[in-house]
Amino acid sequence: MKAAILPPEVVNVEPQLHRYSPDTSRPDYSHLDALESQSIFILREAFNRFDKVANLWSIGKDSSVLLWLIRKAFFGHIPMPCVHVDTTYKIPEMIAFRDELARQWGFDLVVGKNEEALAAGTTFPQGTADRVQCCSMLKRDGLQQVFDEHGYEAVILGIRRDEEGTRAKERYFSPRDKAFQWNFRDQPPELWDQFKTDFAPGTHLRIHPLLHWTEVNIWEYIDRERIPVVDVYFARNGRRYRSLGCAPCTSPVLSSAQTVPEIIEELRHTRVSERSTRAQDQESEDAFERLRASGYM
Amino acid sequence: MAAIDESFTLMENMAPLRIVIVGHVDHGKSTLIGRLLHDTNSLDEGKLEYVQAVCQKRGVPFEWAFLLDALQAERDQNITIDTCQIWFQSARRPYVIIDAPGHKEFLKNMITGAAGADAAVLLIAANEGVQEQSRRHAYLLQMLGIKELVVLVNKMDLVDHDEAVFDAIETEYRAFLTQIGLVPRVFVPISARQGSNIATHDEEHFDWYEGPTVIEALDGFLARAAVDDQPLRFPIQDVYRFDDRRILAGRIEAGALKVGDRLVFAPSRKGAIIKSIERWRDAPEGEESDVLDRAVAGESIGITLDEQIFVERGHVASHDEDAPTLTTRLEASVFWMGPGNLEVGRTYRLKLTTQEVECKVVNIRRVIDAGTLDIEGALREHLERDDVAEVEIETSAPIAVDLVKMTEATSRFVLVDEYDVAGGGIITGAEPVAPIEATLGLGRITSRERRQRNGHRGAVVWVQTDTGSPRIFERLERALFQRGIQTVWLDEADPGPISSALTRAGLVVIASYPEAGPPLVAAEETSIVIDLRSQSSDESRRPVQGLDASTLTQSVVDYVLPLLRPRSQP
Repeated sequence: MKAAILPPEVVNVEPQLHRYSPDTSRPDYSHLDALESQSIFILREAFNRFDKVANLWSIGKDSSVLLWLIRKAFFGHIPMPCVHVDTTYKIPEMIAFRDELARQWGFDLVVGKNEEALAAGTTFPQGTADRVQCCSMLKRDGLQQVFDEHGYEAVILGIRRDEEGTRAKERYFSPRDKAFQWNFRDQPPELWDQFKTDFAPGTHLRIHPLLHWTEVNIWEYIDRERIPVVDVYFARNGRRYRSLGCAPCTSPVLSSAQTVPEIIEELRHTRVSERSTRAQDQESEDAFERLRASGYM
Repeated sequence: MAAIDESFTLMENMAPLRIVIVGHVDHGKSTLIGRLLHDTNSLDEGKLEYVQAVCQKRGVPFEWAFLLDALQAERDQNITIDTCQIWFQSARRPYVIIDAPGHKEFLKNMITGAAGADAAVLLIAANEGVQEQSRRHAYLLQMLGIKELVVLVNKMDLVDHDEAVFDAIETEYRAFLTQIGLVPRVFVPISARQGSNIATHDEEHFDWYEGPTVIEALDGFLARAAVDDQPLRFPIQDVYRFDDRRILAGRIEAGALKVGDRLVFAPSRKGAIIKSIERWRDAPEGEESDVLDRAVAGESIGITLDEQIFVERGHVASHDEDAPTLTTRLEASVFWMGPGNLEVGRTYRLKLTTQEVECKVVNIRRVIDAGTLDIEGALREHLERDDVAEVEIETSAPIAVDLVKMTEATSRFVLVDEYDVAGGGIITGAEPVAPIEATLGLGRITSRERRQRNGHRGAVVWVQTDTGSPRIFERLERALFQRGIQTVWLDEADPGPISSALTRAGLVVIASYPEAGPPLVAAEETSIVIDLRSQSSDESRRPVQGLDASTLTQSVVDYVLPLLRPRSQP
């Protein structure tokens, strides 16, 4: 099932103009203005309210848009560290892209790894862990280790409500307890853009500036702003990645879309959910819910 | 996603209309939403078949509501936990549906869902009729400023599709809505379970109904109007010093601004001219940069000024002629979401746009039963979870506000209790502050510098005596002065505003307090209360005793002095 993804040739973090709508026929994307403004407002609140705030960067399309919005909010600057939780199973091209973008845009890249779990060799598929346990070890625990090490109070994440049912219930500012647990039964009220920015010691906040965007909005914005994305989103040999995760648990989809407008056109005609290519979600009826309640992104 | 599904095309380049769906628990909200998704072809491929298979495996009958249940606990208990947002589209436009659960804690969830909605759908089950929650929800929607709504009378199949039942519900509910000032666009009889009148007319069961379907009713909603023709309200969110420029960042909440405009900032009342409007990369690289010198409501921007006046987060920019009201005394309609009670006289934090001050509710005027519109007879000193009331609020420092009928964004606030947003309110009245309160103590000398210079904090010593005779005040003023305290006795009927200003200037004010209790003064300062009356009701306010005027003065001084010492905190 896994398509052979070619090893990285040249990693280009400059927007490759042929991938985007040409100047002469750029669609009317004015409906994105309100989404952008709301995200910028949230990012500025996060930066103002927390001294120790980090941006969690997964290198996927959503976190690329998030990074772009951070530059918008802070007038070209990225005034906070960007944390990448490296499972070491990422598609190799993503890592090359990560390092090159951090170099060119000049931000503080913090890479977290659950070295213990990796050394123990229990991870999926070689070890004894199943997909869900593996996600929990490498991503959730990996994130918690970075948190403990750097003492972050808040972390910014690029999740969206339209991705998946439990994410649809999220708040922009979402508290997690000491054990990283998400109490979805008792979430804080959120109204008139007044967010929960006060919290008991030991707890932390997850901040979700892209919650109100949809998958198509993300691509429309990438097209409008010409945001560089990892090349594996574009079809090669009839396949492309729609959602990026670890190589063993993420499959490409059949596609001929080689440009951003072609991806948008493809998405406008699909009713297949975005995370259907992420195998860990499909392990059981409530696999993703259990992952998220325990602190997964 | 192997093949392009031509039966389905996502609407292009349109912002979705946000609709909140509310109603009594079990009146069929989730069933309706499941139906809407299915009947508009908006469900993920295979979702229906998947849920049907799960139901079969578990031996439970299929419910449309299951399509929405994201959490295992929701499937197990057949209830909706927390607000959820779902995208779908009609032939006319895209929508985001906000599903607000109707069970316990409904207020918190409903407010969270409805506060951001453009329009509302109220659901009433035909077999149960108008319930208490049907009325409470409508009352809250009205408080939140929602004007676009439709009422769906659901479960018509359970009353044999009887037109008389529908008419009776419409008559009863419309009368209630009229009382609170809401005008629904239409009442639609439906059966969500059967799919009647959702996307298509059910001619078979509803030959008597000629109105729109649910989808047609939704398509009739108007989006919330833009507010860029209102007076400018630009609350400062942060001040950045990137690249040697001082940028004031924020979102324009109402009105518009342009380069060259003269702005005035509340509460300092200082003014300056806009030198530039800052946006990062107005146009993508390689294109002519189209620098806009104007910005309107809804935009998150930055500005630079021609003069380096002091501006910080929480200051609100406006045009000179249309400035907001600066106040420390508000009248408001509030709703309380708990978990503890709201207590009169307790200190809470009030957040309004980016402004944040301490406040007290000083009076609960009336508690309204939103389900019946009855006014509670007994006077109350607290509000419980889910209560709605009209109250008077006093803040520790002046804030810039508008009345709800003028500008929504600057008339809405939340109350924070400890770590949690516990209440919200809409400002219906505001008493403008005396100019002295707004302008004193806002210079560049910090209260810390003043403390270091004076060797003591700014404070108010509130003294209450039996006679009100000036003797004790004069003696106390002299005694503190001799101990090196910068002090002044203030003989004022309404000492609150001036005390606030003088303590911010670093002085120790001695004053008697009104019968209602000491007013709230600037939060960072100390308030020391001494009740010298022989019949004091409150033992905690009687820390000192003395037999005659001289020993009494001495014991007051001994009590007060240690409290005036600068603390180590900044």
